[in-house]
Amino acid sequence: MADMYIRRNSWIATRSLGDEVIIMSAKDSTFFTLNSTSAAIWNAADGVTPLAQLVESSVCAAFEVDLPLALADAEQLVTDLAVHGILTVSDHPIEAQQD
Amino acid sequence: MSLMEEINRKAFDLTVPLSVQLDLTWRCNENCVHCYLDHEGRGELSTAEIKDILRQLSAAGVFFLAISGGEPLLRSDCFEIMEYARSLQFNVKLKTNAVLIGPEQAERLRKLNIEQIQISIYSHRDEIHDAITKLPGSLQRSLNAIRLLKSQQLKVSITTVLMKPNRNDGQDVRRLADELGVGFNVDPTITPKMNGDRAILDLGITFQELQNCFNTPEFVGDVGEFCAPPLPVDGAVLDGSPCSAGHSACYISPRGDVFPCVQFPLSCGNLRETAFAEIWKNSEALKEVRSIRVRDLPSCSICLHAGSCTRCPGLAFMEGDMRGVSSADCEKSRARTLSIVHRDCRDPKSE
Repeated sequence: MADMYIRRNSWIATRSLGDEVIIMSAKDSTFFTLNSTSAAIWNAADGVTPLAQLVESSVCAAFEVDLPLALADAEQLVTDLAVHGILTVSDHPIEAQQD
Repeated sequence: MSLMEEINRKAFDLTVPLSVQLDLTWRCNENCVHCYLDHEGRGELSTAEIKDILRQLSAAGVFFLAISGGEPLLRSDCFEIMEYARSLQFNVKLKTNAVLIGPEQAERLRKLNIEQIQISIYSHRDEIHDAITKLPGSLQRSLNAIRLLKSQQLKVSITTVLMKPNRNDGQDVRRLADELGVGFNVDPTITPKMNGDRAILDLGITFQELQNCFNTPEFVGDVGEFCAPPLPVDGAVLDGSPCSAGHSACYISPRGDVFPCVQFPLSCGNLRETAFAEIWKNSEALKEVRSIRVRDLPSCSICLHAGSCTRCPGLAFMEGDMRGVSSADCEKSRARTLSIVHRDCRDPKSE
């Protein structure tokens, strides 16, 4: 399977609240909250680190979850967020100016 | 409970300042008859000071940032400030009269992905709106700006403060908002000036007009729900806090004074002297505000309306006691309840 890269889009509004992350898309005002596991992926979404590597370092290490299961959940999450323009998903590294 | 209510609840419980209104200036190009501000300049924060404050607010967890004034667009650095705020990923709402918004400004607001632009419109009639703002031509300039903002696909909301001069125009403004494809809110409350002057309260609508307002679905939505009888006053009500002011929200004045709310002029500290986090965490004034529960309110805790009253502690403070009554909210609560009685007693044959 090809590597997947994710990057937070700049038009969103976001903030940490306790152990969650709250996000609003300025494009359609969709409002999200991410739990601590999802927030770990979100916070590490730099556009240049492959998703599998993000999940392994940010989720598996911190939450004692197997990589295949965590990666499947992560792929579903980033797909959902991408639909609302919250982040960009690509099969190659994403430069900052591509927002 | 909606997701937004859950977030607000969590911020309240964690004492995170989720929502802040930051006024950039006291100056205004309108001079509204009912305005609670006095427009004398008293040392506005510089661009650099505001950017520093925005960084502090971001670190403190502020998510919803309302930029207001005075008229914020009178500051030549307003767009620079909003751009900086967006770079810090605040959800930004701009409160403006929109008189200074032309095609270029509308496009810049769209590029900044401002969440909402809230614009005050008092009447569909030039002679009424312009008499309230004391700026000839202001209605047409504001309406033109709304059209420009809509052409940029921005979310716009009209707010109408109902008072004696425009008491009959609310429905027409609502229709105007619908025609423009923008949101609409009506506010029947005139608040005293921040300096304590209460003379402008004479502009307020009568009790009967307030009842009519609360019986108007175009203003309040579901009248039955809005005017529902007061909830029973139980332990949960008495252990509740009066509102989010000072708990998960606050107001910052153009010179950096921190207050629990724009309607609650209790000074909690100044950001030129003290960091925001220090004020938010350790201000004795904020601690006092946060300590108050409904059961601590001598009059309100024994009132039948305590469970559903929209009592504003800031208005109570301006009446002399933050634990006292807010007369305007007493009146509103009575008007809602009597609205129900009035409807229930109406002859069905006359419907």
